[in-house]
Amino acid sequence: MTNSIAEIEGAKAILVTGSNTTEMHPVLSTYVKRAVRQRDAKLILVDPRRIALQRHATKWLRPKPGTDVAWINGLMHVILEEGLHDEAYIRERTEGFDTVREVVKAYTPTAVEQITGIPAHDLVAAARLFGQAERAAVLYAMGITQHTTGTDNVKSLANLTLLTGNVGVPNAGLNPLRGQNNVQGACDMGALPNVYSGYQQVADPAARERMAQGWQLDGLPDTPGRTLTEITEAALAGEIRALYIVGENPMLSDPDLTHLEKALRKLDLLVVQDIFHTETAQVAHVVLPGASFAEKDGTFTNTERRVQRVRQAVAPPGDARADWEIISELSTRMGYEMAYESPAQIMDEIAAVTPSYGGISYARIERHGLQWPCPSPDHPGTTFLHKGQFARGRGLFHAIEYQAPPEVPDKEYPLYLSTGRVLYHWHTGSMTRRSAGMVDRVSECEMEISAADAARFSIADGAPVRVRSRRGEIQAKAKITNRAVEGTIFIPFHFAESAVNVLTHGQRDPVAKIPGIKVCAVHVEAA
Amino acid sequence: MTPSSEARQIQTPQDLLKVKERTALPAVAESHRAHVLVGMNTCGIASGARETMAALEKEISQRGLHTRIYQTGCVGACFEEPLVDVALPGQPRVTYRNLTADKVARVVEEHLVGGRVVADLALCQSPDGSAALPVLTRYDEIPYNAKQQRIVLANCGLIDPENIDHYIAADGYVALATAVTEMSPEEVIGVVVDSGLRGRGGAGFPTGIKWRFTRHAARHPKYVICNADEGDPGAFMDRSVLEGDPHAVLEGLALCGYAVGAEESYIYVRAEYPVAVARLEKAIDQARGYGLLGRNILGSGFNFEIKIKMGAGAFVCGEETALMASIEGKRGMPRPRPPFPAGSGLWGQPTNINNVETLANVPAIIRNGAPWYKSFGTKESTGTKVFCITGKVKNSGLIEVPMGISLREIIFDIGGGILNDRAFKAVQTGGPSGGVLPESLLGLPVDYQALAQAGSIMGSGGVVILDETTCMVDVARYFLTFTQTESCGKCPPCREGLQRLYAMLDRICKGQGEAQDLDRLEVLSRTITDSSLCGLGQTAPNPVLTVLRYFRDEIEAHVVDKRCPAGVCPELVSYFIDPERCTACGLCKKACPVDAIAGEKKVVHSVIQEKCIKCGACFDACPEKFSAVYRQ
Amino acid sequence: MKVKLTIDGKEIATSHGNTILMAARRAGIEIPTLCYHPRLPASGACRVCVVEIEGRAALGASCAIPVADDMVVQTRSPRVLEARKLAIELLLASGDHNCLTCQANGACGLQERAYELGIETLAFAVQSPGYPKDNSNKMIERDLNKCILCGRCVRACNDVQVNEVLHIGHRGGKAKIVTAFDRSYGDSQCVFCGECVALCPTGALTEAGAKFQGRPWDLKKVRTTCAYCGTGCQLDLNVHKGRVVKVTSDYHHGVPNFGSLCTKGRFAYDFIHHADRLTTPLIREKGALREVGWDEALERVAGQFSEIKAKHGPHALAVLASARCTNEENYLLQKFTRGVLGTNNIDHCARL
Repeated sequence: MTNSIAEIEGAKAILVTGSNTTEMHPVLSTYVKRAVRQRDAKLILVDPRRIALQRHATKWLRPKPGTDVAWINGLMHVILEEGLHDEAYIRERTEGFDTVREVVKAYTPTAVEQITGIPAHDLVAAARLFGQAERAAVLYAMGITQHTTGTDNVKSLANLTLLTGNVGVPNAGLNPLRGQNNVQGACDMGALPNVYSGYQQVADPAARERMAQGWQLDGLPDTPGRTLTEITEAALAGEIRALYIVGENPMLSDPDLTHLEKALRKLDLLVVQDIFHTETAQVAHVVLPGASFAEKDGTFTNTERRVQRVRQAVAPPGDARADWEIISELSTRMGYEMAYESPAQIMDEIAAVTPSYGGISYARIERHGLQWPCPSPDHPGTTFLHKGQFARGRGLFHAIEYQAPPEVPDKEYPLYLSTGRVLYHWHTGSMTRRSAGMVDRVSECEMEISAADAARFSIADGAPVRVRSRRGEIQAKAKITNRAVEGTIFIPFHFAESAVNVLTHGQRDPVAKIPGIKVCAVHVEAA
Repeated sequence: MTPSSEARQIQTPQDLLKVKERTALPAVAESHRAHVLVGMNTCGIASGARETMAALEKEISQRGLHTRIYQTGCVGACFEEPLVDVALPGQPRVTYRNLTADKVARVVEEHLVGGRVVADLALCQSPDGSAALPVLTRYDEIPYNAKQQRIVLANCGLIDPENIDHYIAADGYVALATAVTEMSPEEVIGVVVDSGLRGRGGAGFPTGIKWRFTRHAARHPKYVICNADEGDPGAFMDRSVLEGDPHAVLEGLALCGYAVGAEESYIYVRAEYPVAVARLEKAIDQARGYGLLGRNILGSGFNFEIKIKMGAGAFVCGEETALMASIEGKRGMPRPRPPFPAGSGLWGQPTNINNVETLANVPAIIRNGAPWYKSFGTKESTGTKVFCITGKVKNSGLIEVPMGISLREIIFDIGGGILNDRAFKAVQTGGPSGGVLPESLLGLPVDYQALAQAGSIMGSGGVVILDETTCMVDVARYFLTFTQTESCGKCPPCREGLQRLYAMLDRICKGQGEAQDLDRLEVLSRTITDSSLCGLGQTAPNPVLTVLRYFRDEIEAHVVDKRCPAGVCPELVSYFIDPERCTACGLCKKACPVDAIAGEKKVVHSVIQEKCIKCGACFDACPEKFSAVYRQ
Repeated sequence: MKVKLTIDGKEIATSHGNTILMAARRAGIEIPTLCYHPRLPASGACRVCVVEIEGRAALGASCAIPVADDMVVQTRSPRVLEARKLAIELLLASGDHNCLTCQANGACGLQERAYELGIETLAFAVQSPGYPKDNSNKMIERDLNKCILCGRCVRACNDVQVNEVLHIGHRGGKAKIVTAFDRSYGDSQCVFCGECVALCPTGALTEAGAKFQGRPWDLKKVRTTCAYCGTGCQLDLNVHKGRVVKVTSDYHHGVPNFGSLCTKGRFAYDFIHHADRLTTPLIREKGALREVGWDEALERVAGQFSEIKAKHGPHALAVLASARCTNEENYLLQKFTRGVLGTNNIDHCARL
């Protein structure tokens, strides 16, 4: 997030898109709801589903899945047309505006209605709410990014916030909501193929040199590595022969599971380190028992870049060990000694080699976490980014044209399928499906379908259904609900027995390599 | 009557005058021909006024008469409803009482056709200039009316409340026109302050001062609210005004809005007042049609809108903070004050709330000036007050009297004394949270201070008269049944404390009282009064406290002697038959629902105490000439 | 500009907009409260914090009334103490407040206030309403016989979480906390965030899973960061006998959640001690996994990594790090991947 969670409450307009905030980020959503209910903020919700936040929305736009660039360009078209853009901000703090102005000209409300199905007058009303607000914040999540045009979608939202002068100011900003406790931290720490901790490029010789020095090594590999989805392909091709998976369950979370399983089975060595015998552990050669968050010390970095303490409350069960201990020992056994006594010591090393974490130590975050960038021990942390000027100097506009999603419904597969989570479960369910309260509320996979579609495909509420795509077939239970829009069904991905990622396609965004899980075409019938 | 064309808009005070000139009130307009006025407030309708109206229409049309029939509000004498005024050209209006549909034909035949007053059905004649009819008392000479002074109710019973032209003909909207075109908001407030007008909803806060607070609040928008949530059982002052003269309330509200700087307002009215709601809606439509509400009223730049919000009948919603919560769509529960509404009210914005009667006084005050208003009432409590007198009184109904009149005058001169000529015992003022006052205080002038000092309240104006057959402990318990069920449940002293207070009184009435109970009642009552969150809890113990203060011996009789002096509490009463007086007529035996009377024809009767349920049926059945059944 | 007032004879200067309670507390004068909570808008319902304000007829709730210049306040006058005591006495008799069997025993606002006021015997006969317990779900147990109608749950639900599920229904002695149509929690629109439980001062709302798992004074609280979504809520793992038996939070933990949690953060902790937990390293042999010691497992992994690296080069190795692991662990993993394995083939599921 460019801005902080608590700042949401002070925004005058909030655009939420691709985020089922009340279920996926329930506590964060309370800031949105309070802003609307108690401070009269305007909420623009853009989501094909009638999610719970819709009740609080000032304006709800319901686009066809995969048409995000079109409606975002449409909003910008109206904002420019009505002179609601921030001219001084654009002039002083950004570049590349003219190309965007040219591109969005074609995205008239009528043209956008044709693509997205959003009525032109609704688009105009939403644009006014956003454009007229003194401070407007954009919140988005995987509903924006998990598309083959995910990067385009995010850049388009960035254009919108730049256009209205909403980056680098409080109570506004472009705010991705991280779905997992430490996605932010994993990225910050360089668990990515192209960067070290603190986003220092591996391709940059100076950065490589610095890191090698910090780690007392002679040199480091200079070519960026493979992304998760590329690793799958490489494994299938026999180029990658060993894979060490720590605390992940791709056998449920990744798209096109049949394809993935083939790849994993081809490996010479698959090591899985986890707290449960997950679907992925079941195909592993070696399984290492890790510690849960309650059994170890450390830090997580939340979606607002706040580094916060994790503390050990209980001992790990049996012989299970904290992951940092396992990794250290493995490294030592491979000839590079890691003799850390505690995670605090590791953090000191992180601070030493990572400029944005330079001022962070356990002593400083004992009571309250710190938000990076925090370059020095006396730096108070950063509430919102790009104050005064952007990290790169000027905010860069990107002119983006709408591209249709790669798979759209046709005669054989007449419905859109969208995937996601439900309130009571989390990710692949290995933790929540082992918690009595959650299971009591939701114990099985429910496919959300509109009454109209249910009638069309002769599906009864609560009845078992078969869902088929070009890649596979699963069974689930039908739930007829007005949350679903006609033409689109929704299935959560928590349930191994109804693994929806058997259906999704593995086509990726060309830049971020994120799979376009949110849209594919399926066929539904009573089972 | 909603004017349809733009041309009918009232854009200047002169336009208002034109309406007044072209319209005349029925009494004047129809002076050249016969006309009839039917009291069509809820009280009239409940007594059969709709049927009377229909019968009149039928009789008149069947006879081919050209008599105009008007509906009007309530003149106050609810006990005489349906009331119908009949006027012939050149003659005073004759008021017929209890004119149910069955009597209509006779009045039409004899009076309208035959020109003869039906004396045995008539109540009085109007006091206007026409030649008086020798057979009838003048309206203003009837004792019920003689001591009344009508400001708020001036138009009630004289105009058609659903016709804005009638209101304008009676000088309506002149005050608003004058205020918005000639006076500054501060000047309007100045007049209201000078008039000494105080809130008629209960607490008696000076109205002008309240307006000034809201005027001085810096934030916008501001709101004004008319509290028409008249919740006291037996109180219908506000309903009568809303039904009989709705425009007076609208005009008062608009004046208030102009004075405090508000453009939006609400009338919070009970959904149980359908006639009032319908007439208000009609009145708002008419006023808007004339441009007397809406944008740029009379070209002054003043904008004012009125919305009606219907309450669902919770007593506590009459409390201003609960009322505002209810308008906001929340559960009607009070919140602590301060902050007062003038600083933070509806939606957290500066808000002024006044009740119906308060606002209905304002047009007359602006029209006639503060000195005129102050000429009524006392120094501290100026003007008039509308009361509902009910209970064991001969003339129950609605009255408007100058402040400072004594309770005795209200009960005996206006009310006509106690029903069945029984002895007076107590009077309760101010609704269920008011205190009960004994005979020794009948000389008390009715004003805010005097009533408060005596342990009661002015409240919204309910006056309940109790006679010698009333048990005061039972009365206190009765009022607590109301307040404890109407407690919103928010604060423990009111929610729990009133239940305990009720339980204690209930025990005492059942003969289970203990010596310490008098102290317990006193302490519990005082602490509830002291620590409750809102006016409901703070005043609910008043009946108990005043009974302790003025009727202590009666509680002591219950607690110590296990005796109910009034003979009301069943557990403390036994029925006996005096064998000396019993004629063995068998009437009591027949009346007894549980066969608790022994004896045969010609064999003297007696009560079987083990079977007796103390219903008193035998007591009532025994003919007065024998008076053999007695209770102890 | 400061507001000057007198509380218990002490002259106090405080900020405009402060309540009497805030001003008193800052001046070291303790006023007891029950329905007040810093996370919630003031309600003034319970009448425990009432004070005497000179010139006002009735006592006022110090939690709700803002200070004003020249205000003279008494917080412990006989009138105040009598009112406070009556409020607690009435509440004690209004329900089933049997501390012996209550999960909130030792952490109950009503119990504490009664103790402070020296209440030894009941002033009124107990009249418990006799509502059936709401056991409709496995997260929140609701016993309205222990409810004192302070309204904290209602404000928690409406003003903090804005879930708008709870409200007060009915009037007078029949008043009770209700969901829409007075349904059980399980059948209502409740989303089980547990904010109501967290803010309930008595045993009316308790965590069902924590029942009989340890009394308030047994529990050791370990503050940590939630393991679910990226909001990073601060929470307290309540530990008893080496087990996490309850999850709570605290307003004073501050950002980002000020004591609020969601259903997962508060109630989905059973997995920690679940029988399915992996407790020993496993190695696959002839298709089946065999339990082994750490030495054997790590030797096998280290050996085979080295072997493949030697045979196929470092880029034949890859690591998937975790969005679930700590920063320190992810840092070590990238260091291990780049420095020891010698490849940049490291990624995690940020995109999923």
